[in-house]
Amino acid sequence: MTHTITAIVQDHPGVLARVAGLFARRGFNIASLSVNRTHRPGMSRMVICVDGDQLTLEQITKQLHKLVEVLKVWDHVDDPVVQRELALIKVDADARTRSEIFQIATIFRAQIVDVSDRTVTIECTGLTDKIDALVRMLEPFGIKETARTGRVILVRGFQDT
Amino acid sequence: MITAAEALVQGLSRAGVDVIFGIPGGVLIPIYDKLLDACQSGALRNILVRHEQGAAHMADGYARASGRVGVCVATSGPGATNLVTGIATAYMDSVPIVALTGQVRTSVIGTDAFQEADIFGITMPVVKHSYLVKRGQDLPQILCDAFYIASSGRPGPVLIDIPADVSVAPFEPVVPEGPDTPGYRPTVRGNYRTIRRAAEVIAEAQRPLLYVGGGAVSSGAADEVRKLAELTNIPVFTTLLGKGVFPETHRLSLGMAGMHGTAYANYAIQESDLLIAIGARFDDRVTGDLKKFAPMARAIHIDVDPAEIGKNVSVTVPIVGDCKTVLAEMIPMVKPREADHWNARCDDLKAQYPLRYKQSADTIMPQQAIEELHRLTSGEAIVVTGVGQHQMWSAQHYLCSRPRQFLSSGGLGTMGYALPAALGAQVACPDQLVVAIDGDGSFQMTLQELATGVAERLPVKVMILNNGYLGMVRQWQDLFYSKRYSGVDLAGSVDFVKLAEAYGAVGLRATRPDELVPTLERAMAVTDRPCVIDVVVDREANVMPMIPSGRSVDDMRFE
Repeated sequence: MTHTITAIVQDHPGVLARVAGLFARRGFNIASLSVNRTHRPGMSRMVICVDGDQLTLEQITKQLHKLVEVLKVWDHVDDPVVQRELALIKVDADARTRSEIFQIATIFRAQIVDVSDRTVTIECTGLTDKIDALVRMLEPFGIKETARTGRVILVRGFQDT
Repeated sequence: MITAAEALVQGLSRAGVDVIFGIPGGVLIPIYDKLLDACQSGALRNILVRHEQGAAHMADGYARASGRVGVCVATSGPGATNLVTGIATAYMDSVPIVALTGQVRTSVIGTDAFQEADIFGITMPVVKHSYLVKRGQDLPQILCDAFYIASSGRPGPVLIDIPADVSVAPFEPVVPEGPDTPGYRPTVRGNYRTIRRAAEVIAEAQRPLLYVGGGAVSSGAADEVRKLAELTNIPVFTTLLGKGVFPETHRLSLGMAGMHGTAYANYAIQESDLLIAIGARFDDRVTGDLKKFAPMARAIHIDVDPAEIGKNVSVTVPIVGDCKTVLAEMIPMVKPREADHWNARCDDLKAQYPLRYKQSADTIMPQQAIEELHRLTSGEAIVVTGVGQHQMWSAQHYLCSRPRQFLSSGGLGTMGYALPAALGAQVACPDQLVVAIDGDGSFQMTLQELATGVAERLPVKVMILNNGYLGMVRQWQDLFYSKRYSGVDLAGSVDFVKLAEAYGAVGLRATRPDELVPTLERAMAVTDRPCVIDVVVDREANVMPMIPSGRSVDDMRFE
């Protein structure tokens, strides 16, 4: 099963390598990763999506906790959460297909962020499934490129993540 | 204004460091220049080693013998990479050391500059924490944090990499108020209710055992372990790293368990219904096949490292906290227990399966050499081993009575550990007898440190059990590969007596059983330099009993 792990870390050089190393040494492939600074100076938020069994991931989160520069760790298994990914999708489009692509984008509440005589670039936010579905719908038109971010996630309500 | 080199010397002194082990190099000259002042004023002892691996092992031996943080120093590039084995050794056995490395100047880091190695990256999986110092003014706080991190919680190595330009740039120093590590707060006190639950589970048990490891040593919990054992009459077995934390001559001691542990400890574990693990981690060398290990036992697991609990076995009562603190809180809650049928059963097992070995009239048996050493030293010496057969024989036959008396590379199994670690232990404990029991293979991996021992007038005894083989591998080839000895014959080894003499140490040899005791006695009389005792032993003696790797006590072999 896919786990989404949040780690609040000190914004130091090498901290990403330490975190990634914990996953790598057990042969885990990180499916997606997002790292950015938070509103608190000196602190960064990492969100790591990884497939693996419960026991091994429990061991990894405990190891994450042990890293001196890691302040907090959550494995969001049962938390009520809001989570988003963002994708930019560049699709082949000419005068003939452009309006149909626009329609599909509208259904997915995606934005057109760039248009040229031969392409359209769409920005879509949502969960993995939604972005996958949009990509499937656009495939028949010819996808030139996609760029997708890792996931960001917050627990709903007052509780901290 | 001061430079980082001066800040380093001040920081070491604030941390209470009285000795460092190392070798300088180009980028370290500014630091060694400032160290000279501290050495001349008598504040610091600077021990020049002959290979950086030796420096790391010496810092490790110093730390294990004394409980203080050991410090080693190496220059950039090859100096730093030579430390890696020693750092990994300390990491695997949770030994507090601080490794200081020089680095090329910041403007050329990452350009494959002369003697550049990314030691910060290379050591990342084998350190508790590490620093690359980018600005001199950060160094005082980093040093303060490094010593705190190395020595607290589950101890371990911390690396500080200092670029050459940083060490000379001047800055206005600020004395750190204390450690500043917001993401690192080790749990010391255990959860009260869980501790009470543990006391209840102990009261319910019919056949309990105490399983004591290196964590009890680093926590200083020997007195509490003994109190708990005597209060409840629960028999005790230790791991290799736990040796001595409970006196091995005590009526409740079952010695060391595991692959080459005593048969009676291993049998008792199989019959036990409760294992009380204290600073031990259910390592594969103790458990063998996890599915068949202690099949009837529940477990109470006390460990300062939450990641160890539940890692290998499921635990009935998990207690995260410092072993000593937790036990001190638990003991008043525990119901006293009289010695009963379970103690009688353990005593029977001890009587039935004692350690045995074949005696010989004309060949020295390695076990016999260790037993004679034990007798001559009244079991009081600090014993440091290499890795291999001699290590297991030492663990079996040199019974220890106090913690920090038996130093051995357990987790990483680093051959070559004995001599440098023994020198470090001798520096830490100048008034005690320190004996390295080594193999001829293991000894040849770091023997150049004899020079360090001679230069520093360290009266370490090195008893080499010389069988001319990489004996442990030979033993496995003997038992599991139809005696097809491949790559294990150490033919061409040096004459250890002449070697010792060439270094200015004392060299002695015993080849016949009747020479053993007089030779050891002569060795004990040497007080101003290392003494190497080449004990020529039976070539094909095997370490028994043995549970083959990954198997269970059902497959234990006695010959």
